Amino acid sequence: MSGILNSTIGRKFAMALSALFLMIFLLQHFAINILSVFSEEAFNETSHFMGTFWAVQYLLQPVLIFGVIFHFVMGFVLEIKNNRARKISYVKNNGAANSTWMSRNMIWSGLAILAFIVLHFIDFWAPEINIKYFKGDMSGLLDPDNVDSGFRYYEELVHKFENPIRVGAYVIAFVFLSLHLLHGFSSAFQSIGANNKYTKGLKGFAKVYAIGLPAGFIFIALFHHFNQ
Amino acid sequence: MNLTLKIWRQKNANDKGGMVDYPVTDISPDMSFLEMLDVLNEQLVYKGEEPVAFDHDCREGICGMCSLYINGEAHGPDRGITTCQLHMRMFKDGDTIVIEPFRATAFPVIKDLVVDRSSFDRIQHAGGFISVNTSGNTIDANAIPVNKHDADEAFEAATCIGCGACVASCKNSSAMLFVGAKVSQFALLPQGQVEATDRVLNMVKQMDEEGFGNCTNTGACEVECPKGISLENIARMNREYLAASLKG
Repeated sequence: MSGILNSTIGRKFAMALSALFLMIFLLQHFAINILSVFSEEAFNETSHFMGTFWAVQYLLQPVLIFGVIFHFVMGFVLEIKNNRARKISYVKNNGAANSTWMSRNMIWSGLAILAFIVLHFIDFWAPEINIKYFKGDMSGLLDPDNVDSGFRYYEELVHKFENPIRVGAYVIAFVFLSLHLLHGFSSAFQSIGANNKYTKGLKGFAKVYAIGLPAGFIFIALFHHFNQ
Repeated sequence: MNLTLKIWRQKNANDKGGMVDYPVTDISPDMSFLEMLDVLNEQLVYKGEEPVAFDHDCREGICGMCSLYINGEAHGPDRGITTCQLHMRMFKDGDTIVIEPFRATAFPVIKDLVVDRSSFDRIQHAGGFISVNTSGNTIDANAIPVNKHDADEAFEAATCIGCGACVASCKNSSAMLFVGAKVSQFALLPQGQVEATDRVLNMVKQMDEEGFGNCTNTGACEVECPKGISLENIARMNREYLAASLKG
């Protein structure tokens, strides 16, 4: 067992496990965000629960942050080794003849997603942590001194999507996420050794997930932008 | 057919090397690619120039010796073939053909288009074998029952000729298809079980030490493999490796 993370297969396995975890997280994130389209109240209640429940805040949130950082750091580690494995490039290389653009450019789609996550953290996560843990306001209310002011989550979400530049960046980031998932979803299963009679069906489901989920996030952003 | 060849020329392992243009004329579409290079070399020798060094042996798609990266693809623009099985009818009169050696840090160029693939041999030495006791009570292999499906899959894995097209085609220069095939051919058979744990651990360790890259499942290797070795062999090796890591 020792040294498994030093081997190519061990690293790919760890990369795949973190990817599968992040894909489940994405689904959960989408399930909460889509509530904002149907019900302000349901979105506020769920957001308040997720933002204040101890198990989410102190167990799941650190695991998620670790998963995100691990996935990116390991991605860079693997990319560096892969570049060293061919120090002299081909004069002519026809990669499109045998593989998809998505599979050959995971590092670039990944970097685009990383850039978005950094912005998302600055834009959303950092202010949220500031309100809750530095200002000590765990009420989730628009006005913490007025219990009738209502929850702030829906108001903040709608306000964020007023800015067309933010919405544009959001849409571009989710297009890159879709490209990343179009290869990454089924690739994660191959890396953990799952290639069998279910693989064909899994690849079909992967396409639905990889296109449908980012499209759903884009829909939410556009819905709130045009519904102001 | 009249063609322009752009060929990588490199005097020795330490030479920097570079592309050189060679026009060739009166090439028959029925020639194999290697026969076309033979014609070029005859012309070069006639002119007193150094012929182009390239690997070849059986010239019938079995030995895995011929390599070459032709117009951006290992073994050229056809499927399920080695370079010796590639015919000039795949090209058009007037074409420019770019010919390079297989590129990978673990496959250093020796001269021109010839690369050193002994890293594959060292991976095989690390565990690509079974030990058969010949003390007099050896069981005949045919007397050991083997599931037909497993026997077929083991045979398909064993058809890997170790040509290195998988490494050459992979954007990461990964050798996972080759090692996956060599692990699978034994992992699927009873004879391979005794050394299964050590085999996969040692072969993967050697693969990593040789400087091959990580598999990112692009599938380029499977497409370019002259023997159609499937990605399932890589998944099987991943399972074998993880199980072996937990055991040992």
